[in-house]
Amino acid sequence: MSEVVKIATRESYGNALKELGAEFPNLVVLDADLAAATKTGVFKKAYPDRFFDCGIAECNMMGIAAGLATTGLIPFASSFAMFAAGRAYEQVRNSIGYPHLNVKIGATHAGITVGEDGATHQCNEDLALMRTIPGMVVMCPSDDVEAKAAVRAAIEYEGPVYIRFGRAAVPVINDRPDYKFEMGKGVLLKEGKDVTIVATGICVDSALQAAEMLKADGIDAEVINIHTIKPLDEDIIVKSATKTGKVVTVEEHSVIGGLGSAVCDALCAKHPVPVKKLGMQDIFGESGSASALVEKYHLDGKGVYADIKDFLK
Amino acid sequence: MTNLELQKMANEVRKGIVTAVHSAKAGHPGGSLSAADIYTYLYFEEMNIDPKNPNKDDRDRFVLSKGHTAPGLYSTLANRGYFPVEDLKTLRKLGSYLQGHPCVHIPGVDMSSGSLGQGISAAVGMALGAKVQGKDNRVYCLVGDGEAEEGQVWEAAMFAGHRKLDNLCIILDYNGLQIDGKLEEVCSAEPFADKFKAFRFHVIEINAHDFDEIRAAFKEARETKCQPTVIIAHSVKGKGVSFMENNCGWHGKAPNDEEYAVAMADLEKVGEALCQK
Repeated sequence: MSEVVKIATRESYGNALKELGAEFPNLVVLDADLAAATKTGVFKKAYPDRFFDCGIAECNMMGIAAGLATTGLIPFASSFAMFAAGRAYEQVRNSIGYPHLNVKIGATHAGITVGEDGATHQCNEDLALMRTIPGMVVMCPSDDVEAKAAVRAAIEYEGPVYIRFGRAAVPVINDRPDYKFEMGKGVLLKEGKDVTIVATGICVDSALQAAEMLKADGIDAEVINIHTIKPLDEDIIVKSATKTGKVVTVEEHSVIGGLGSAVCDALCAKHPVPVKKLGMQDIFGESGSASALVEKYHLDGKGVYADIKDFLK
Repeated sequence: MTNLELQKMANEVRKGIVTAVHSAKAGHPGGSLSAADIYTYLYFEEMNIDPKNPNKDDRDRFVLSKGHTAPGLYSTLANRGYFPVEDLKTLRKLGSYLQGHPCVHIPGVDMSSGSLGQGISAAVGMALGAKVQGKDNRVYCLVGDGEAEEGQVWEAAMFAGHRKLDNLCIILDYNGLQIDGKLEEVCSAEPFADKFKAFRFHVIEINAHDFDEIRAAFKEARETKCQPTVIIAHSVKGKGVSFMENNCGWHGKAPNDEEYAVAMADLEKVGEALCQK
């Protein structure tokens, strides 16, 4: 068996920006003194004249991105999710969302896999915040391949987009020749009939692992990757729920307002079934290694498996 | 335009402000009236714009960071020919395109604004965007003196000074009053001139109601290289309407029918006096 390749999606973000910089001359990148961490520094090195460091002033950065977009440029504004979606929420809403400007927000270091920095920097609320803004596209890619594809899709789409990236290296799971990324479309990764697992971001890999473990117990799980939280592919979820009758959502995010809530919104309206929402259970994170935190909060394959078993009892 | 023509037009703009706010039974007359001469100069003299082609690529941009004084901007745009003056009476009403605060769907409005502190950042982005693309257009942004209590105003100033954005001109409407009272009593961000200088701005101070000074200031701003300019425009809140002048109670209140009649009579009188000149 070949060794699993691991790449942090923030690395994919920086690399994608650099690669696409040649193809899209209007692409410009902003950061708030975190270029080394968000990996926009990769773009900065290749295109120094198209990179603007705004200093540690995220709210202003969002406004500048808005102004740049009105001049025909395609700005990517980057910071940690905590500051991009949290601190600058109202700027994103009023200066980018309301005028529906062509600004892309590249938010890295999302979720608890920020790790050692602890709760102040572990944003488990960004998907919820960004989802509430009318017209905002919200994406949460699961690996290197998907992250790069999401960046391209964001550029090719006219309007505001929020993309969530992670700090920790995660397995590449979408490296196959027939891989195709379509914004707003869920991906059926594994067919099954007993329970539907809907996952996003780094939890897609955990969901696949859990499905393998469930198989050993004779439970046939269906696994769906939702890389676009908004607009949500309701059809793929409803179709699967109609078949299995039970749904589990998995996300590295609060169970309030993120993927789990979005899935429940869709199912409530179209096909109500019991749903178990896995993620951060209305609590703050803490310091620790990414892997230790993922294990503690049951977001690894083993944890997801255990919680699903409990749900199916 | 001559100063006399500008004065006459500013008086028409003030009538539009009072009429719009009276019709809406809500809105912000005080800060709209204090900036009426600045609005008028910008749209009738200073800026490269075309009401028939509001989105022409090489136009100068204007961002109303103190967005609550939208009646001042709308009245100026209407009098400049962007949309019918009559439409000012639809301000803030359901179904009207004249929203309570500026919105990009309104002809002539370059940026949605009104959540204080945000417009100036967008203006800075517009100025940066022009520079990056080698465009010659200028960007103007009207900021409130109370608004300058928002930290984002100074984040934007820091960036503009750092990037030497000499195509950017900020106008600070310094009328000295905010909702809760005098700036000095609420939480003043003074000294404004020293602060902007510290953020590497070229600073000009003028009487906001003197067209000679306004004209000279914008010329000086245009000629200033390698740094952005701020024009600190000392103004009278409610200027032109006797009972609104220097009264913070008229920050965000609409005149009733009787008050409206007095306000319009005040402005008619000013208009008649200007016609005698």
